Amino acid sequence: MKTEILHNFTSRSRAATADEAQRGKFRSAMDFLIAKRAAQFPDPTEWAELRESGQQIRQRALAYLPKLLVQFEQKAQQNGMTVHWAETPLEANQIIHGILQRQQVRTLIKGKSMVSEEIELNQYLQAHSIQALESDMGEFIVQMADEKPSHIIMPAIHKSKQEIAALFAAEIDDTPYTEDVDELIQIGRQALRQQFFNADAGLSGVNFAIAETGTLCLVENEGNGRLSTSCPRVHIAITGIEKMLENLADLPTLLTLLTRSATGQPITTYVNLISGPRRADEQDGPEEVHIVLLDNGRSQAYADVQLRQTLQCIRCGACMNHCPVYTRIGGHAYGTTYPGPIGSIISPHLLGLAETRDLPSASTLCGACGDVCPVKIPIPELLLRLRVENVTRAGTKDHPAVMRGQGAKYRLSEKLAWQAWSLLNTTPALSLASRRSAAGLRHLIPSVKAWTQARVMPKIAPQSLHELIKAHQEQKS
Amino acid sequence: MSARAHILAKLTASHDQPGWPDPVALKTNPPRTINAADQLAQLKTMMAAAHTEIHEVSSENWPEKVAELTQAKNLNNLLIAPKTALGKQLQAQWPVDGVTLKYDLHHSGGKEELFFSVDAALTSCRSAIAESGSLVLWPSPAEPRLMSLVPPVHFVLLDAHNIYPSLAEVMQAENWAAAMPSNALLISGPSKTADIQQTLAYGAHGPKELVLLIMV
Repeated sequence: MKTEILHNFTSRSRAATADEAQRGKFRSAMDFLIAKRAAQFPDPTEWAELRESGQQIRQRALAYLPKLLVQFEQKAQQNGMTVHWAETPLEANQIIHGILQRQQVRTLIKGKSMVSEEIELNQYLQAHSIQALESDMGEFIVQMADEKPSHIIMPAIHKSKQEIAALFAAEIDDTPYTEDVDELIQIGRQALRQQFFNADAGLSGVNFAIAETGTLCLVENEGNGRLSTSCPRVHIAITGIEKMLENLADLPTLLTLLTRSATGQPITTYVNLISGPRRADEQDGPEEVHIVLLDNGRSQAYADVQLRQTLQCIRCGACMNHCPVYTRIGGHAYGTTYPGPIGSIISPHLLGLAETRDLPSASTLCGACGDVCPVKIPIPELLLRLRVENVTRAGTKDHPAVMRGQGAKYRLSEKLAWQAWSLLNTTPALSLASRRSAAGLRHLIPSVKAWTQARVMPKIAPQSLHELIKAHQEQKS
Repeated sequence: MSARAHILAKLTASHDQPGWPDPVALKTNPPRTINAADQLAQLKTMMAAAHTEIHEVSSENWPEKVAELTQAKNLNNLLIAPKTALGKQLQAQWPVDGVTLKYDLHHSGGKEELFFSVDAALTSCRSAIAESGSLVLWPSPAEPRLMSLVPPVHFVLLDAHNIYPSLAEVMQAENWAAAMPSNALLISGPSKTADIQQTLAYGAHGPKELVLLIMV
């Protein structure tokens, strides 16, 4: 298993970097998103103040998290909604399946939800003879191609319009091949309209959950989120436990940070605030609203104050848009629901470090992710911390157990090598001796082929700087 | 132990660990007084940038404008809320050769017509937000959720007196936190998507056209 995972990430990223067509698609998509975001934050002072405020709001919410979850539950129940708690993806799937069974639902229409991808809900329901149909255009395309999203905001970013044209022509009845994007979107609209009309239940994610009022906030541009949550008679929302906000007044700041960072929009077309099922006198809206609160390793991140910052995330995707590694290898190479820098710091909590051991190193530590994060998550610092956890076994002296799969990359030989290195560099006599011997043995250094393909092999100088200065000073005197 | 108890126990055990920043209360800015004309101008600029069609009307002549636009757009019908003040005024002033008015399609029998035969709907809105170019709608028994969502063209009537500078200010001024409706919406343009090769296309699942009539 160990080598398989390693092999998978390495081989997937190697294959991805060799795929020039895919790299072109990601490069142009990322350039587009980077430019749109930059245009939304022209004033560095406003940006600095806004993200400071965003960070404070998220940190306050996390400081009060257990209290806010209880308050949210109470308010949501008062508003007529049902709250469910799930520790694992399996529990969440069982809860959702249970609701659908009770309601005798055969088809579930879905708005965009990354948490539903995280728990692999579609696969679970399919195994239980319930069809889950994605309705976000990007997700619809990805589902039709039997793939997974490659970006958390733009799921079909890895597909060209030619590929989508061919897919629609092959998979949707009576559809001619067309590369006209307007026509393609209208084909998708028509195909899904009947599904919205028929669907008995809708599922959505949650962007923010407001404890003060028991409100769910959903943002989107297409209207499929609104249709999924207001047309069927049952609405199920699934969210990670970290999405809580203390007050409704906290929302505007995060909303503007989210939409400007994610897609470079001052606001999305729709901001949907749901605080309950339809009321007695209302003519539409769901008769039942269920909210599933999922832990799945988030409480593990919460338990450590440094790693807890991971949970400040509002899932804007700006870190992946600006990541040189993500841009080159694309979303699928990571092999996780959440790719890119945020994926590399959250996935180890969701899946365990043993399963995700290569992700903390899937970074150049250039710092771009941390610089653009609208809630100031120090992503590079957290990547470094996970690298430490990767090579440190739990329960050793001065090192408590922090996370599942900790020490996955621990090797005694590596540990001893670093101990020797440390000794060498903190003992002057040993250090001097090692430098002298390095200079003497310089012709014996083996060639490193991969490195020297495009570079000149560096050579150790015959004399160290220390020795040169000494000789120079002796000469002068 | 239930999942709920287990999750809460884990969080409670670690939530007050030293080292986490002390909670900072939200900084609230005092309400701004912005010139009404500037606010209107900003709203129009922002909404036009998001592909919204905008017309200035008066409280007397707006039904004629709606009639004119529905004809110019070759629409076959218009869904309205007949019992609201707005719906009553529209019916009273609707020209004899105006497009067919539709009502009461929100019951199960009318749903098919709503989904597949209605070309446009007209709703009111509570207020608007200049900063982001957004309309605030609270769907109601008279104006249900699907009116502003399912028909391909959505006409909205806004009173220019109800424009606020920002979302924070409208929430505060109207004290939303005290009593949220089952559904509150911000609408900032027609439905759109850029999911195919970052190419913007309108009318993804909601209205392809958003037509804003501002009563000034």
